[in-house]
Amino acid sequence: MSEQKQYFTRMGDGSPVYMTEEEIRSDMQAGIDDAVLRGKIDPITDEEFEKLYDIITMPGTVVGVEPGRQIVLTNDSGGYKINVKSQIPVPKETEVLIYERVLGCDSVDVGNTDYNYKTAKGVAKREASALKQALNVSTMPLFYGAMPDLGFYTEPDGPCGNWATLLPDGKIKEALAAQEEAVEHSVKDIVYVAEQMYDVGADGINLDTSGAAGDADFLASLKATEEITNRFPGLAVEIGMAGEFVLGMHGRLKYQGERLAGMYPHKQVKMAEKAGASIFGVVVNTNCNRSFPWNIARVITFVKACTDVAEIPVHADVGMGVCGTPMTENMPSDMLSRADKALVEIGKIDGF
Amino acid sequence: MQLAKKYKIDQAKEYVAEKLGVTLEELHDVVTMTDKRGELGLGLTHVEPCAEENNGIAAKFRIAEVLGIEINSVERFKERCGIK
Repeated sequence: MSEQKQYFTRMGDGSPVYMTEEEIRSDMQAGIDDAVLRGKIDPITDEEFEKLYDIITMPGTVVGVEPGRQIVLTNDSGGYKINVKSQIPVPKETEVLIYERVLGCDSVDVGNTDYNYKTAKGVAKREASALKQALNVSTMPLFYGAMPDLGFYTEPDGPCGNWATLLPDGKIKEALAAQEEAVEHSVKDIVYVAEQMYDVGADGINLDTSGAAGDADFLASLKATEEITNRFPGLAVEIGMAGEFVLGMHGRLKYQGERLAGMYPHKQVKMAEKAGASIFGVVVNTNCNRSFPWNIARVITFVKACTDVAEIPVHADVGMGVCGTPMTENMPSDMLSRADKALVEIGKIDGF
Repeated sequence: MQLAKKYKIDQAKEYVAEKLGVTLEELHDVVTMTDKRGELGLGLTHVEPCAEENNGIAAKFRIAEVLGIEINSVERFKERCGIK
């Protein structure tokens, strides 16, 4: 009896693994079924399934999109990946030029090493002056980026009660009130930072990992976006999510009449549109215990449901542990390029 | 165009191709676009002779004009220069 052909792939934690055709197809179907069940969305078509299988199993360490299908790239944490994470000591404007002229990026965001709006607010004008220098020398659009990160507004670091401890203590009313208060502080800080960046000429502002602390965190991004787009019409807003599911840490918060808790990407994008965002960054978290075929099939099902209804550009966040990419610091280009190809050709995204 | 007008990728490509006077296929071609960007002063990653190349804020002025859009950094720069 001949041995079945095995294909190289990885688990969600990056571990190499070999799978047969049957195993790959079974995992793909399971990933799709999971997305359909949770999101109450349509599965991908049979034709898309076969195309995705071909992408997963095609030979080559790196795969590319079909000619003419190239898309654009926004970025997050651009202000410190080279000089801090890679430990190449360069100022921010030089880092921007490396992204533009060496790495071939279409845009990048400049942000503080402590990448959150609460910290950025305290040094906003200095951040703006660094951005201004970069804007003078860069040709590509530049964003200012940070995370709303509602947790920073809780005790002991912030002014609000800590709902992470209030909830287990059974202090429900206090926990809800604390989140509502944190939203107001967060919106104020985000808008203040946006104003400084708008004044120096930023092309956009990136609200990264929106929803990370649940529905209140997502609400802060939406309310801030609404205020920014009303007050600074020349400043585009990108809302990049933290995950495919908005956790109901509060549970009762609404935006324009719609409850935010429990939203999946196809509903999240409509909220971003209502708030006035220019770009929506869809995210689907990687399950480390599942294979890449399972993860990417699930990702594509969620993303396609999102792009099918989106009226603004959708940029998939394809980084560590999101949109099919394994959860590793140094991302393997074999899986990363396959995720990219699938997101462009089946997911129909407008950018990364 | 995605930032300026919220265009989806296909719409953005069609708009830019028309403004630049290239086909969609040419828009994806690095050789054609190197010539076109150089001709219109839209900025390149690197080119010889470097001293003649437009980049940075000068290139953004040209991009705004060629595409018929407002770019925030250009508008703020004009204000700071006193020409707006």
